[in-house]
Amino acid sequence: MVKVENLTKKFGATTAVDGISFEVQKGEIVGFLGPNGAGKSTTMKMLAGFLPPTSGHAEVAGYDVFTDSLRAREHIGYMPENVPMYTDMRVSEFLRYRGALKGVPRRRLRERISDVLELCGLEDVEKKLISRLSKGYRQRVGLADAMVHEPDLLILDEPTIGLDPNQIRLVRDLIRNLRRHHTILISTHILPEVEMLCSRVIIINKGRIEALDTPQNLRARLGQEAQVLLDARVPDARAAAADLRKLEGVQTVSIRTDGPWSIFKIQCTPGHDPRETIFQFAVEKSWPVRELSRPPITLEQVFAEVTNGEEI
Amino acid sequence: MVRFFILFRREVASTFHQPIAYIVLFFFLVITGFNFHAGITMLNNARGTTTVVEAFFNTMYFWFPFLLVFPFTTMRVFAEESKMGTIETLMTAPVRDSQVVLAKYAGALFFYLVLWVPSLLYFVTFQLVTGLSAGGTSYTGAYIGAYIGVFLGAYSMLILMGMLYTAIGCLASALTDNQIVAAMISFAAILALFFLGLLSFIMPASSDFLRDITYYFSPIEHMMDFSRGIVDSRPVVFYISSTLLVLFATLHVFQYRRWKS
Repeated sequence: MVKVENLTKKFGATTAVDGISFEVQKGEIVGFLGPNGAGKSTTMKMLAGFLPPTSGHAEVAGYDVFTDSLRAREHIGYMPENVPMYTDMRVSEFLRYRGALKGVPRRRLRERISDVLELCGLEDVEKKLISRLSKGYRQRVGLADAMVHEPDLLILDEPTIGLDPNQIRLVRDLIRNLRRHHTILISTHILPEVEMLCSRVIIINKGRIEALDTPQNLRARLGQEAQVLLDARVPDARAAAADLRKLEGVQTVSIRTDGPWSIFKIQCTPGHDPRETIFQFAVEKSWPVRELSRPPITLEQVFAEVTNGEEI
Repeated sequence: MVRFFILFRREVASTFHQPIAYIVLFFFLVITGFNFHAGITMLNNARGTTTVVEAFFNTMYFWFPFLLVFPFTTMRVFAEESKMGTIETLMTAPVRDSQVVLAKYAGALFFYLVLWVPSLLYFVTFQLVTGLSAGGTSYTGAYIGAYIGVFLGAYSMLILMGMLYTAIGCLASALTDNQIVAAMISFAAILALFFLGLLSFIMPASSDFLRDITYYFSPIEHMMDFSRGIVDSRPVVFYISSTLLVLFATLHVFQYRRWKS
């Protein structure tokens, strides 16, 4: 569905996107993840046919996005960041205009509009001026606009930014429902969103692809160096840490105190799960234990690892 | 072509969705109405062969609203879309850059033409009230040709000048995201062109060459001729060719700014 080869975009001396290549198959939801200014939006703008690349090549639905731009655009539904819209129009009027502009035949237009209005939960505001709508509704109008012409590929740039938690959930559910009919490329810097929605993740930083895999595999990559958390009341935290370090499968131990409690962060040797040993050891020393756990690795950690701890 | 009309309709709708359109329309009516009144008063007090049409189209009160109106009709066409970001959704729809530029230009030109429609009523009213011809000695019989020529000349010059100045306004709007800046650029450019045209009146009679050149783009000279029914092909060629040139530049500025952004 999407094929990108060596795509590069330079703005003067700065390189926003630096020779990225990837492919997206039909029916996938692929998440673009990266810090601000990593090149997510620029990549999406190039794919949507808005910006020409400095070099490289991109194809959507078999059409080159640059040499055969009009054809490619017919197959793309693009929702830019911040969802710009004509605020002087009413919702249904706006969708009718956009649908007609994107080449929906007149006899299909009415049907398509009622479809997307229903799908995006916009029936109640159909006759309202866009300028009167809340941010959440506007976002949904933007989505409705992106898919009014039944595109094969949806490109959504930060679709949940600036929404409250309820609205975020609604938009996410909506996107999840869309996967049956569309291939979706979505950019975000909210990590749980990616875990929830995407079948594959592209982590992009400073214009380069740092990682490209399923969320599960990305986690597994870091899973080898798993951590164990021990929260216990020990007489002497330093001595206890030294003792713990001697146990099998333990590499390093760091301490944090919480009143009389000491929280040990234990870094394990790859492939080892030393929880049982630690438990036995604590029993031996008769330390009261409040918690012994292996916190699940989040994409957040993967992300920090891959981008060298850069702020998201 | 279908897409052009969809875009054109959107342009016209967005113009009339905004209160500024009606404010411009109102003040334009007031000033041109005053101009008409002033023209008739002048004719009442003077002997001569001037027609009402000629008097209407050649006063200061005509040029003042005429020159001032273009920044208002054109300032938002591109600047607003770039500022609001809707240019992004617009240009990722399957439309050609040239379709967008032409539709926006046509939309602005349409509003300009709408502004002038009421002026036709002035002449109709004049003839109904006085029973005299507004465009010559008589509007029947042997003089009908001259009568039609005066109207045709004046209004086609109005359209020709409007074509060029609207294009200049569109170019200014494509240059910036700021509507006020766009308005100032187009106003400055249009005024410069107008005052350059005035040179043909103050040039010494000896330098025929310079006079000829300034005549070529002097709107006052053109209007004077055309509102007498003298249709010269040189201004027609000038306005059409320079409109195309400016529109071509607009298209390139529009593309360049997007590609650079």
